[in-house]
Amino acid sequence: MQRIGVFVCHCGTNIAATVDVKKVVEMALAEPGVVHAEDYQYMCSEVGQEKIQNAIREKNLGGVVVCSCSPRMHETTFRNAAQKAGLNPYMVEIANIREHCSWIHKDVKEATEKAVILMRAAVAKVNLNTPLKAGESRVTKRALVIGGGIAGIQTALDIAEAGYPVDIVEKTPSIGGRMSQLDKTFPTLDCSSCILTPKMVDASAHPNITLYTYSEVEKVSGFVGDFTVDIRKKARSVDMSKCTGCGVCQEKCPSKKIPSEFNRGLSNRTAIYTPFAQAIPNVPVIDRENCIKFKTGKCGVCSKVCQAGAIDYNQKDEIITEKYGAIVVATGFDMIKLDKYDEYAYSQSKDVITSLELERIMNAAGPTSGHLERLSDGKAPKEIVFIQCVGSRCADDRGKSYCSKICCMYTAKHAMLIRDKYPDVNVTVFYIDVRTPGKNFDEFYRRAVEEYGVNYIKGQVGKVIPQPNGKLLVQGADLIDNKQILKEADMVVLAAAIEPNPDVRKIATMLTASIDTNNFLTEAHAKLRPVESPTAGIFLSGVCQGPKDIPETVSQAGAAAVKAIGLLAKDKLLTNPCTAHSDELLSNGCSQCAHVCPYGAITYEERQVNDHGIREVRRIAVVNDALCQGCGACTVTCPSGAMDLQGFSNRQIQAEVDAICL
Amino acid sequence: MSIEAKEEFRPKIVAFCCNWCSYAGADLAGSSRLAYPADVKIIRVPCSCRVNPMFILRAFERGADGVILCGCHPGDCHYTSGNYYARRRMTLLFSMLDFIGVENGRTRVEWVSAAEGVKFSTTMREFVDKIRSLGKNVRLEDLRCRN
Repeated sequence: MQRIGVFVCHCGTNIAATVDVKKVVEMALAEPGVVHAEDYQYMCSEVGQEKIQNAIREKNLGGVVVCSCSPRMHETTFRNAAQKAGLNPYMVEIANIREHCSWIHKDVKEATEKAVILMRAAVAKVNLNTPLKAGESRVTKRALVIGGGIAGIQTALDIAEAGYPVDIVEKTPSIGGRMSQLDKTFPTLDCSSCILTPKMVDASAHPNITLYTYSEVEKVSGFVGDFTVDIRKKARSVDMSKCTGCGVCQEKCPSKKIPSEFNRGLSNRTAIYTPFAQAIPNVPVIDRENCIKFKTGKCGVCSKVCQAGAIDYNQKDEIITEKYGAIVVATGFDMIKLDKYDEYAYSQSKDVITSLELERIMNAAGPTSGHLERLSDGKAPKEIVFIQCVGSRCADDRGKSYCSKICCMYTAKHAMLIRDKYPDVNVTVFYIDVRTPGKNFDEFYRRAVEEYGVNYIKGQVGKVIPQPNGKLLVQGADLIDNKQILKEADMVVLAAAIEPNPDVRKIATMLTASIDTNNFLTEAHAKLRPVESPTAGIFLSGVCQGPKDIPETVSQAGAAAVKAIGLLAKDKLLTNPCTAHSDELLSNGCSQCAHVCPYGAITYEERQVNDHGIREVRRIAVVNDALCQGCGACTVTCPSGAMDLQGFSNRQIQAEVDAICL
Repeated sequence: MSIEAKEEFRPKIVAFCCNWCSYAGADLAGSSRLAYPADVKIIRVPCSCRVNPMFILRAFERGADGVILCGCHPGDCHYTSGNYYARRRMTLLFSMLDFIGVENGRTRVEWVSAAEGVKFSTTMREFVDKIRSLGKNVRLEDLRCRN
């Protein structure tokens, strides 16, 4: 039996208001093995930690139970405190009486009873704890950034500047991401390419950065500090070392009718293409699905016109295997599909467009060379209606429950730019709320209203009806004047909700990173660890974590870089000592455990054992501590009960069950 | 803490929660103040695949009225495949328990992610209601364990 100390935290009134902490202390002292129990206002404070340390020294405690907040919050704090007082840190257990008790129950009697039971379970467990020692693993000093948009570029630049090599894996043929598609950026109206292109050039020229464009992450194994990643470099069909980027192949390519992804399908591209003029690298790819040469075997025009001899129809996908210490996810976003919102006639009229399509139309390099015109007849619109929150803040499951955050601001920007360039165009915005928190954001929106005379109407649009004369009839409501509105528009722009890149779920699964129901990656702590995934060594940058504008994305990208640098700067990491352990007297070498182990951590060896006087050589399971991550799959599958998990042993968990069911 | 006939029936419910998703989901339910009955007591395990059917049998033997196992959603397991093992094991165990008289309603597997505090809370409320309607577990309880 251990000599156990129980420490009950008030957490101010967070716990003490609902749980009678004195009663918990009193009940703790009645538990067998408990030689010390006390309560204090804030156990995590310096004074609180000292109380624990003094008790360990004075009462010679062998086990400590802290009844406080979630172990996900302060387990490490209390373990470190115990270690400073000479107790093995793994002799500390937490009874979660805040998140799992005081915060969800109102009745003091009921909550106190539950807190006592949780305390008993922790005491029963700690009684069976054994001192554990963390091992060490090495750190590969190289980072991987998945996604080459502004988030990925900024993270990579920051890590590279700190002196560590970084690889960027980008799915499309060029880095740049969504930001490269934008025309101007709020709230300063800088030209997007003007501020992005230098960063793209910096990233491609930086000696510490390697770009893998037109590439995808195929497989991830390993763990923090030592990930092994397979990157599929898709066949470009163009030799990057020979191509000069002259562009003749694109001019001559006869297959010219492929919708351009970069221009959101508003213009066409050729089968051999670079997505946009400032693409980095400026090396085209052949879209094999649409290339005549690949479809019919005849053509080969690009190869004939290429003076550098860079075209290589026989190029194959290449798998690059590299080791990384840290991985940053920066997979960004896309706009939702609008098929569930057909009341806005997006599929029925070419003049109903999304904001991102408007962005391309207003861009000088876009499908209309920057002229604002209707896509149906090329005429200049006189009346434009913007509809906000299309699929955002949606109560039903047609759309997204969250606010996409950027739409209010970019719509104010669009409205302002249109009124500035075409003062005779009327602009109306239908909105639910205008949300402008951010530096200089509200001032920006007010300029749109006050200086540029944009007509904001609070209310939602019910229906957009294409008219025989080519106009669009917008039926909406004005909630302030409480009246129906019918408006004829030449163009309707939908602020469609943004959603994480659809590929992110696949990537999250490979990385074993948590992801929420909206496909946003979950952070380790919503407030205190916003750029880290709960999975160690995985960091989050940009919209993959939640909706963000460019300034926020860049700050978060820097924060993710700092966290990655902090990891790469270490030579060694302490590993989790809660690993599986095989009892050599019970193991019969049946291999069941090795079959279920996701990490290949279990091997077998012939070992001389002494089983109660019988000496013989047996085949027994051996766990490699460096590979074992401590899931415990093997412990349940083991028919002889030889496998057990340190820190969560069969006896420990049963003791908890017993204490709860008492 | 024995249950007397006159008192309202307060079931004993053990919830096994995996450390990465469901335990965090329970924490989120707590910090969001999403109440559920105090009858539920949570045991933290690294992964749902750590839960040995023996623990569940033990719980029923010791007088638990219901056992719920929560893990990451299929495909999202921190250890890649642990919840698939748990799902198979529990399917088998629960059908055996049902056969010997511990109704299927007393056992449940639920996937709760770290972001699903609401789901955790509603699941627990539903489960407790179900157990209350089923009444006390008498089939597997070892009467020697009663005090």
